[in-house]
Amino acid sequence: MQVKDIIEKLNLEVFGGNTEPEKEITGGYVSDLLSDVMGYSSEGNVWITLQTHKNVLAIASLKELAAVILVKGLKPSEETLEHANEEGIALLGTHKSTFEITGELYKLIS
Amino acid sequence: MQRFRADLHTHTVLSPCGSLEMSPIKIIERAKAKGIQLLGITDHNSTLMCRVMDEVAVEQNIKVLTGAEVTTSEEVHCLAFFDNWDALDKFQKYLEENLPDIKNDPARFGHQVTVNRNEEITGEVEKWLITGITQSIEDVEREVHALNGLFIPAHIDRMVNGLIAQLGFIPPDLHVDAMELSKHITLEDFKKEHPEIEKYTVIQDSDAHYPDNIGDSGFWLHAEELTFEELRLALKGENGRKIELL
Repeated sequence: MQVKDIIEKLNLEVFGGNTEPEKEITGGYVSDLLSDVMGYSSEGNVWITLQTHKNVLAIASLKELAAVILVKGLKPSEETLEHANEEGIALLGTHKSTFEITGELYKLIS
Repeated sequence: MQRFRADLHTHTVLSPCGSLEMSPIKIIERAKAKGIQLLGITDHNSTLMCRVMDEVAVEQNIKVLTGAEVTTSEEVHCLAFFDNWDALDKFQKYLEENLPDIKNDPARFGHQVTVNRNEEITGEVEKWLITGITQSIEDVEREVHALNGLFIPAHIDRMVNGLIAQLGFIPPDLHVDAMELSKHITLEDFKKEHPEIEKYTVIQDSDAHYPDNIGDSGFWLHAEELTFEELRLALKGENGRKIELL
């Protein structure tokens, strides 16, 4: 499963940073506590969160995550979007809740 | 140069988690007994107790630093202080405009009442004060500084609502006047995990929710006199002014 597959199958909005659509997805991580994601997410994970702060992208880049999905129709701030483009991390969005999109992603990749 | 005992983080009866005993008279009585000369009043997302606190404190020769503990949209707690009523009232309006419309449930979360100096209830805030406002930490920082206030992320060592837990690390370009540590850690221990704290001025406060905890922590303010501007200079470490942790 690659980033471009989940964009298509989960009908995700692409805000930016989608420079590696063929990046392989290794799993998912769901948390809104950024220190937790820093500690426990793994390379290639898709991170589902409602946090839109620019630190999200710094951590996604540091942990070499495959993509970030913002839930509930939340939009990234300009700075966050800039970081996504700079870091080349796919910053994606959905109108669904964390519960729903996590369920769908889980079904898709497991 | 003189030194003044300071404790900048105190909740009153207005904070849902603050004890009903935290009335102006009791808070000031306790602060006086602890030798505190500069006391910050920082209810969650509200400044409504600041005037009565100031009124009672002045009589006891204590200076109140008027402000609030803001919960940002990232759920980071930050202290904000203002040196005049005009700025404070503008900030109160900003808080009210950006606080989501969620009702407090006093049975679960505690009462959110204002009281006068005689400990009589004068009002009740209906919206739940402890929740995050709709503004980001950068938005709040800009608003506080536009009003010439002081902006200090609170208890950044704490796992709950601390800057580092919520945001993973300190955003390097965030403009802060100081960083606050909780009473549960020493600066020395904190530095071992977070050497980046070296470039910030650090204060430490009690974060008292009960009278007994007022003065549990705090710092010495070295300054010429006890004013907002002298505190600002001390936080910058200018002209011999400085902060000394207890």
